[in-house]
Amino acid sequence: MAVDEKESLAPAKPSLWRDPNARAIVFQVIVLAAVTLFIVFIIKNTLHNMESRGISTGFDFLGNESGFGILQSLIEYNESSTYGRTFFVGLLNTLLVSALGIFFATILGFAIGIARLSRNWLVAKLAMVYIEIFRNIPLLLQIFFWYFAVLRALPGPRQSLNVGDAVFLNNRGLYLPRPVFEDGFGLVLWVLGVAIIATMVMTRWAKRRREASGKVFHTFYASLALLIGLPLLAFLISGAPMSWDVAALKGFNFRGGLGVIPELAALLFALSIYTAAFIAEIVRAGIQGVTHGQTEAARALGLRPTPILHLIIIPQAMRIIIPPLTSQYLNLIKNSSLATAIGYPDLVAVFAGTTLNQTGQAVEVIAMTMAVYLSLSLLTSMFMNWFNARMALVER
Amino acid sequence: MKLLKSLTAITGLALLAAASNVAAGTLDDVKKKGFVQCGVTTGLAGFSFPDEKGNWTGIDVDTCRAVAAAIFGDAKKVKFSPLTAKERFTALQSGEIDMLSRNTTWTLTRDTSLGLNFAGVNYYDGQGFMVKKELGVKSAKELDGATVCIQAGTTTELNLADYFRSNKMKYTPITFDKSDETVKGFEANRCDMLTSDQSQLYALRIQLADPGSAIVLPEVISKEPLGPVVRQGDDEWFNVVRWALYAMLNAEEMGITSKNVDNMKKSEDPGIRRFMGLEGIKGSGLKLPDEWAYNIVKHVGNYGEVFDRNVGQGSPLKIGRGLNALWSDGGIQYAPPIR
Ligand SMILES: N[C@@H](CCC(=O)N[C@@H](CS)C(=O)NCC(=O)O)C(=O)O
Repeated sequence: MAVDEKESLAPAKPSLWRDPNARAIVFQVIVLAAVTLFIVFIIKNTLHNMESRGISTGFDFLGNESGFGILQSLIEYNESSTYGRTFFVGLLNTLLVSALGIFFATILGFAIGIARLSRNWLVAKLAMVYIEIFRNIPLLLQIFFWYFAVLRALPGPRQSLNVGDAVFLNNRGLYLPRPVFEDGFGLVLWVLGVAIIATMVMTRWAKRRREASGKVFHTFYASLALLIGLPLLAFLISGAPMSWDVAALKGFNFRGGLGVIPELAALLFALSIYTAAFIAEIVRAGIQGVTHGQTEAARALGLRPTPILHLIIIPQAMRIIIPPLTSQYLNLIKNSSLATAIGYPDLVAVFAGTTLNQTGQAVEVIAMTMAVYLSLSLLTSMFMNWFNARMALVER
Repeated sequence: MKLLKSLTAITGLALLAAASNVAAGTLDDVKKKGFVQCGVTTGLAGFSFPDEKGNWTGIDVDTCRAVAAAIFGDAKKVKFSPLTAKERFTALQSGEIDMLSRNTTWTLTRDTSLGLNFAGVNYYDGQGFMVKKELGVKSAKELDGATVCIQAGTTTELNLADYFRSNKMKYTPITFDKSDETVKGFEANRCDMLTSDQSQLYALRIQLADPGSAIVLPEVISKEPLGPVVRQGDDEWFNVVRWALYAMLNAEEMGITSKNVDNMKKSEDPGIRRFMGLEGIKGSGLKLPDEWAYNIVKHVGNYGEVFDRNVGQGSPLKIGRGLNALWSDGGIQYAPPIR
């Protein structure tokens, strides 16, 4: 006892081995080294064994010609492009459907979540029915439903539904006129950039003024005027440097224009509608999580319902909503890989499907695909964490 | 979910590759576990198709049954794994199945870079096109701009691209995982035509709600020798699969059928006696029972019988023998002698 006391009294530095911090670091380094060694061993061994079984390994195949066609590509692609390029074609298609899906699911989810709390009995019940139906049917079935229901309902290309000879809808897709930008369109983009910056400056100014003086400046219409009016003006002044490429029936199908394939539409419908049901519940929980006392206190201060919602409820609800919302976004990204069931050429269908099969390099291809989903998920999480930190209540 | 499925298969492959050294000894494994695990399609009439009770039939199924009959004297000792075109090679590489008999085309890439070997050809095929009758198309050359339904991970995908490229035509590919999705896409008018190995087009055509609404075009644009596949580096097993196929061909050539095989056993002909395992090397080279070939014919039939009841005149497909006739009848099916 006495000895102990003496030691603790003397601030002499403990030996490195006794120092818990140093020890922790040593252990972590050891574990990390062991894990790394283990992984290196597995990789080496796998490569060795695959080679001895006559399975090709390595990433050289990425430079070879692919020799197959892909339904939809956001970048230049044809049969003589490389396998490496099929990776990017698939990745971009995954990103496209995920981004659109997140956008629509969020809007729909918030609308339904709020409707679920409506004081109107019918609206609230309809929202509830929506949630219960779409949350409880397996997503794959919903994808098939939209795909085949939509396909069957639409006419063939030669009997297309036709709006003003510019927009066509048939079972090969939705064809819209595609804007073709001509020289001089750059000005419009510049003006749009300026308008965006101006709007941001204005919003800040309005916020500062409100905080300082309590005077409210409605930025909505002013922003609208800036964002739409200015570019439009520039467009007209520079002599409308844009034309439309309208799709036309040639042979079997429509060519030209901007085509939206039914695979994308069906997948997008299914993903948005399914995920929106979950988001709606999250939004409802978030709003209900804000205690009623807050509303009452706001009313007592004389605030009207709209400002109560905007200034009191939503900021506090967001705090509850964002973390689970993030996991819904991550789910949506991963669920988009069900695309392969209906032939939408996403990363899994194109790269982890056809490319894998034609080259036989399963381990490499799947490793790359997993890395993509992992990074997409981590990036989304990072963004949402940042957003969450910004939205969190700043307590004074 | 799809991702998950392929992930497990591939993790299996990686782990297996990491753990064991060479994929040898399949024959011993099979004898020990008492059945052959055989990879087939998810359902393609004539080749491998499950009925309502889960009984599989088809020419590819019978190739597996022949292997089982040769080893066990019992054609029923087979378990089937339905696989899509995309899954098939990984399933074989990872050891999930013992042999793949799934209308698989023998190509240089597959034979040399997947760690697999083709054991023979049980059907000589070629790629063709099936189009909607209402389009009034008579030849594949009129298909510029068409939308095409195909199956992912097949030689079909590549041949199609080649054909359109060399004929300077454009096409839009819609790529599905399973043949019934491909057929549904075609029926729902998502595509103007469906392309696959020609025999399979006839099989898919009878799966249509209205088979009369589609016609198969005359062009054949590729060579598709289809046959059973095994893992590379396991010569013993390779020999068993290859000779099971050759036994069926030799039986047809010698006129031995499942009906007369017991009578033929009494024959004085030395070739037939060797076939029956009464003379010569018998089963020892293959490490099989002496009556291995007899068992194949007795329980499965000769090649002609198998062809006829699954895809030929005795089946709804009614495909002619064509290239698949014996060499002695003007075809190219030819098996080395059993001696
Ligand atoms: N012979 C070609 C094509 C084989 C193939 O997969 N054909 C399709 C015909 S549409 C099939 O059998 N599908 C049956 C299934 O998906 O289970 C190859 O080996 O790549």
